[in-house]
Amino acid sequence: MNWISNYVRPRINSIFSRREVPENLWTKCDECGQMLFHRELAANLNVCTHCGHHMAIKPRERFKALFDGGVFTEVKVPEPVADPLGFRDQKKYVDRLKEARRTTGEKEAMLVAEGEVGRTPIVAAAHDFAFMAGSMGMYVGNAVIAAAERAVELRRPLVLFSAAGGARMQEGILSLMQLPRTTVAIQSLKEAGLPYLVVLTHPTTGGVTASYAMLGDVQIAEPGALICFAGPRVIEQTIREKLPEGFQRAEYLLDHGMLDRVTPRGQLKDEIVTILRLLLREPAAVKGDLPAPEAAAAPPETRAAE
Amino acid sequence: MNYLDFEKPLAEIEGKAEELRALARSNPGMDVDKEAAALDRKAQDMLAQIYGALSPWQKCQVARHPDRPHARDYVEALITDWMPLAGDRAFADDHAVLGGIGRLDGEPVVVIGHEKGHDTKSRIRHNFGMARPEGYRKAIRLMTLADRFGLPVVTLVDTPGAYPGKGAEERGQAEAIARCTETQLSLGVPIVSLIIGEGGSGGAVALATANRVLMLEHAIYSVISPEGCASILWKDSERMREAAEALRLTASDLIGLGVVDRIVREPLGGAHRDPAAAIAAAGEALRAALADLRGRDRRDLREARRRKFLEMGSRGLAA
Ligand SMILES: [Zn+2]
Repeated sequence: MNWISNYVRPRINSIFSRREVPENLWTKCDECGQMLFHRELAANLNVCTHCGHHMAIKPRERFKALFDGGVFTEVKVPEPVADPLGFRDQKKYVDRLKEARRTTGEKEAMLVAEGEVGRTPIVAAAHDFAFMAGSMGMYVGNAVIAAAERAVELRRPLVLFSAAGGARMQEGILSLMQLPRTTVAIQSLKEAGLPYLVVLTHPTTGGVTASYAMLGDVQIAEPGALICFAGPRVIEQTIREKLPEGFQRAEYLLDHGMLDRVTPRGQLKDEIVTILRLLLREPAAVKGDLPAPEAAAAPPETRAAE
Repeated sequence: MNYLDFEKPLAEIEGKAEELRALARSNPGMDVDKEAAALDRKAQDMLAQIYGALSPWQKCQVARHPDRPHARDYVEALITDWMPLAGDRAFADDHAVLGGIGRLDGEPVVVIGHEKGHDTKSRIRHNFGMARPEGYRKAIRLMTLADRFGLPVVTLVDTPGAYPGKGAEERGQAEAIARCTETQLSLGVPIVSLIIGEGGSGGAVALATANRVLMLEHAIYSVISPEGCASILWKDSERMREAAEALRLTASDLIGLGVVDRIVREPLGGAHRDPAAAIAAAGEALRAALADLRGRDRRDLREARRRKFLEMGSRGLAA
C-alpha cells in the first residue's frame, strides 16, 4: 500500500461517488419531472430545458453568468456579532449556521460582488437560498449595506437578486430591524442618483419582500417565482378558502401592477444592461457574452489570439 | 374582569372578597370590612408577585389582553382637537389603522396607530388590528402631511401583524410596508413610537421606524409570533412558551438590544387593571420624548433616525 492508493485514490473515489455516479449525473425537474443532464442544465443556468422551469441557482453561478467573462470581485461584508440572542430551538443556532456553512461552502446567505456587465460597471448582491433559506439576519443586512455603500463609493448601479424565506427567526428582533436598516442603505444609494434594480427570484417572501426587495427603481421577476409577504399556506389558513391558480407568482404580480417585468433567466443579463445604460444615459450596450474587462483592455494582438 | 390562566389564584381571592361584600350588602349590619380588606391586601401581594415575575409567554398574554387599552383609548384620553383623517386615496380606508391630527398638550401632532377593537363587532371592523396595504398607505399619506406642515408624528403600535389575506397580497402588502418604512426614514419631523401591546413583525416596524421607540412594560415586539416560531422551528405550535423565551421579545430584552429606548411602567397588574394610569404614564413618556426632539432641524432628525437604525444590532444582547 502506498501513499497513492491509501490517500489519493479514496479521495478520488469519494469525489466520484459524490458527483459522478449515474443518478447524480441527472437532475429531475421538480416541475415537469423530466430527467435533465446535469451539464446541460448548468449550461442553461438551471432552467429546465424541457419546460422552462426556473430552479434555484447559487449566487456564484449566477455571477459567473452575469459578469463579463465570468469575472467578478467579491465585496467584503463586515462580520456581525455571531448569534446575538444566544438562540436555541431544538438545535442551537450556531450549529445550524455551521451546518449551513458546511453544506453550501458559503459563509452566509448573501454574496456581494463588483464587476462589469456588458461593459457596464455594477455592484451586485444575491441571496443564497441554500443557506438557511436565504434568510435575512444581521449578516444579510450588512451585505445589503456593504453593497449599497460600495455602489455609492464607485458610483455604480446596484443589482440585487432576491431569494429568501424572510427574516432569520434565530436573530429575533434584530432580523426584523433589518427592514429599516437595509432601507437606509437603499435610500443613500437613491439619493446618490444611482439606479437600484431588483430581480426577484423564487421564492422571495416575508421581511425581505417588505423591504429592499420591493424598493427597486425597476422590479423584474423570474418566471414562476413566488413573491409575497405572507405565504400561501398562511393565507389559506386565515381566510379558509382555496387560492386562485398562480396566486403570488411573478405573472400574477405583473398582472396586479406590482412588477415592471417578468423575464426568463437567460435574457436577464441583456435586459439588465439595457435598462441600466438607459437610466445612466450611457450609449447602447454591446450585448451577448463578453470577455472579462482585463482581456478586453489588453493590447489588440493578445485579444486576437483568443 | 377577564382573568388570564396564570391569574387563577388571584381570581379566587378577588372573587371571595367580592362575595363577602355582596353578602354584606344583602345583610345590613354584617361587618365584613376587615376580612375583605385582608383579602384585598392578599390579592395585591399576589398581583405584585405574579406581575413582578411574568415569563415572556405570560407577557404575550398580557400584551394581548382583551381589556388592555387600545390606540383609540390613548387618543381619546391624550389628544384634544382630534380630527380623524381617513383613506389612502387609492383604494379604501383601512379601519385597522387609525390616523389623524390633534393636539398633545396643545401642540399639534399627527397620530397614527393600529386599532384592534374591544368587542366582537369592533374587532371585526378593525380586523383585529391587522392592517392591509391601505392602512400603511394611509399612514404614508399622513406622515407626508406631517412632514409638509412640520408636525411631529406619534405612532401607537399594537398589531398581531399585517393581514395575511388574498386582497392584501394582490394590492402589495409587502410594497406598502416597505414604502411606509422608507417614508419614516425620509421625514424631517420628529417621530416617536410607542408599542402599547403587540409589536407583530413587519406590520409593526412599518409604524415604528422612529427617532424614539418607547414600549410599555408588558408589551411585546417580535419578528414572529411565538406560536408561529414554535410551529416552524419546533414543528409544534404548542411550544410557544419556549419560543417566546428564545425570541427575546420583552421590553427589558429589547432595551438590552438597543431596539427600544425607554420602558414605560404599567400600573400593578398590567395596563388593563388601570387603563387611566397606564395611559397617563404613556402620555408623560410621549411628552418627554417629543420635548427632547423639539427644535432640532429637519436634516438632523432624519440623519439621527437613519443612524440609529443603521447601528442597531451591532452589539448583540448585552450580557
Ligand atoms: Zn421541467
